[in-house]
Amino acid sequence: MNLQRRDFFKVLSAGVVTATTSRTAFARPTKTMPPESVGLLYDATLCIGCKACEVGCKTRNNKPSVHSEIEEHFNVNGTWDDARDLDSATMNKIKVYKNGTAAVKDQEIDGFSFVKRACMHCYDPDCQSACPTSALQKNPVTGIVTWDRDACCGCRYCQIACQYLIPKFEYHKALPSLVKCEMCHHILETGGITGCAEYCPTGATIFGKAKDLLAEAHKRLNLKNGERYDFPVRTVNAKDKKSRPVGKYVNYIYGEKEGGGAQYIMLSAVPFEKLGLPKMPERSGAARSETLQHTLYTGFIGPIVLLGAMVTAAYRSVKKHQSDE
Amino acid sequence: MSETKPLGGKIFTRPFKILMIFGLIAVFFILKRYFFGIGSVSNLNDGYPWGMWIVYDVVTGTAIACGGYAMAMLVYIFNKGHYHPLVRSALMAGMFGYTLAGVSIYVDTGRWWNLQNIFLPGTANPNSIMFEVAVCVALYVAVMWIEFSPTFFEGKAQHEGKLKILNKVMFFFIGLGVLLPTLHQSSLGSLMIIAGQKVSPLWQTDWLPFLYLMTALTMGYAIVVFESLFSSIGLKRPMETSMLSKLAGVIPKLLIVYFIFRFGDLIYRGALGHILAFDLKSIMFILENLLYIYPLVILFSATKRKSPKYLFLSAVSMLLAGALYRFNTYLIGFNPGNGYNYFPAFSEIMITVGIIAIEIMAYLLFVKRLPVLPEVKHA
Repeated sequence: MNLQRRDFFKVLSAGVVTATTSRTAFARPTKTMPPESVGLLYDATLCIGCKACEVGCKTRNNKPSVHSEIEEHFNVNGTWDDARDLDSATMNKIKVYKNGTAAVKDQEIDGFSFVKRACMHCYDPDCQSACPTSALQKNPVTGIVTWDRDACCGCRYCQIACQYLIPKFEYHKALPSLVKCEMCHHILETGGITGCAEYCPTGATIFGKAKDLLAEAHKRLNLKNGERYDFPVRTVNAKDKKSRPVGKYVNYIYGEKEGGGAQYIMLSAVPFEKLGLPKMPERSGAARSETLQHTLYTGFIGPIVLLGAMVTAAYRSVKKHQSDE
Repeated sequence: MSETKPLGGKIFTRPFKILMIFGLIAVFFILKRYFFGIGSVSNLNDGYPWGMWIVYDVVTGTAIACGGYAMAMLVYIFNKGHYHPLVRSALMAGMFGYTLAGVSIYVDTGRWWNLQNIFLPGTANPNSIMFEVAVCVALYVAVMWIEFSPTFFEGKAQHEGKLKILNKVMFFFIGLGVLLPTLHQSSLGSLMIIAGQKVSPLWQTDWLPFLYLMTALTMGYAIVVFESLFSSIGLKRPMETSMLSKLAGVIPKLLIVYFIFRFGDLIYRGALGHILAFDLKSIMFILENLLYIYPLVILFSATKRKSPKYLFLSAVSMLLAGALYRFNTYLIGFNPGNGYNYFPAFSEIMITVGIIAIEIMAYLLFVKRLPVLPEVKHA
């Protein structure tokens, strides 16, 4: 009896030792930017809060507008989209930061700023790692994170995993869908650009290759506050440019490093945490979670060894029990 | 196995009829959910996608259902044959707990008609902790029904052959039945690792899988003590106190290991300060740990362990501790930010209550008609 117990602990400790010492071998690093991926750059200093991008998003994706009390009062329709936040009909949302008198734009104290919230299209999406049915996929070329309705079982683990609270779910439908920005991939396929960038009149939101957008963002951070710069409109390489004095940027590109990096990046004159964006570690949650899981389960060696030990022990004690009878 | 016997007696007793009413209320709300959506019966939302159903029915419910797992480990792996009379009823309670957790997944998942995609080669995602949980739980439900199946055949001459075959291969299912909960009870902790900063530092740690496994085991032993004492009183049977007090002695040993890792980790991560914030989270943390300390202290004393009253109270405290630990990790210590909040709706709670009622009804039906509980003269 004691011998058996000792055997069991031997196997168990062997398993634990393998699992803990081989930690580095199974380490799953945070994934990096797919080289040809596409993305968006949002510059809050150029945004005038007109919400044309929201209309563009809903038009291009056939999503209904959320009716406001004003609309109901005047019995009109589609004039003022009044979603308070991202929801299952709203994949792109302009939100506002206000402080004190809110007199000056792009100022932290007694000022205000806009921020455009949508899916970040992470290099290493936590939602994709979490999804048990592979419904959330990152396109290996474009890097766009898409949702597959034929795969999704609606467990909503992606909503638990996403630190940006992006995936939204139709809680009030009998046959619900998951809703998230898929970067208008259906339009990109036909040579177009995303609804938000297409509709933006100021160049606050521009579409392009992720690496070009990152270069553009770095370039803007190196410009002097007040000097004039030709800001491209709609796409990063656009000939259509708007000349404007450069804003007083916070020296930081949000999305460059967050959770390992993202294809939707932002510039702002107000600190990003004031705009409601989470402070994120550079290691993705996916990497953390998968490192642990791979350590315990790679090749199923640990579980198979453990199963062998359990079955052997059970065999011996069942035999003993039967011979006792 | 001659030591167990059906209890016999009337099925439709008063308590049974009351349980039926709760079951029917749950069925009504479940139907409503299928016609009008999850939001029509629950307060689940985009910030709190998991609520009462996942955290009680699945995460806590299967931990409470670990009695069969904990007993099988003791009896078959550590070869403590003298606990054998407690195994079958523990296994059966576990079987119902897990089966209904599986059923409640069909209530909670929004696109339940796609659930099989978790297991299909084209869509399965082994990187997802949810994949591991789903595969192990599904397998374990099947394993438990196989482990329990001799109960249906015993004492029936026409099934002798089947029984013989089952008993020959049973050791494999017993071994598998100890492995699977070890894997998925720890994974139920790992699930929240990817939630990152949404979970308070009081609960968020890479040690979640180990801590969840340890508490699932202690809850397993506690439910065996609880269920045995409760059915002794409720079904007017003699108590198995001496065996239970020995069994309960396992709990403080496991809890000491748990506390070393739990607080060692909090100290290592420098998260101890959060305990003294005295906000809801810190108060719940303190309450959770007081509930752990009570059985640790009481069951450590060999004299108190022999008193049915103290045994019962420490088992209840242990179960509440494990349950609160799970609610704390998944809900109370979980804050998605952005102004989201959650408290379960009445209809949402009634679905969970109804599922528990169905579980108890099945338990009563089975112990009265099948050889599950130890025969009285042996007890």
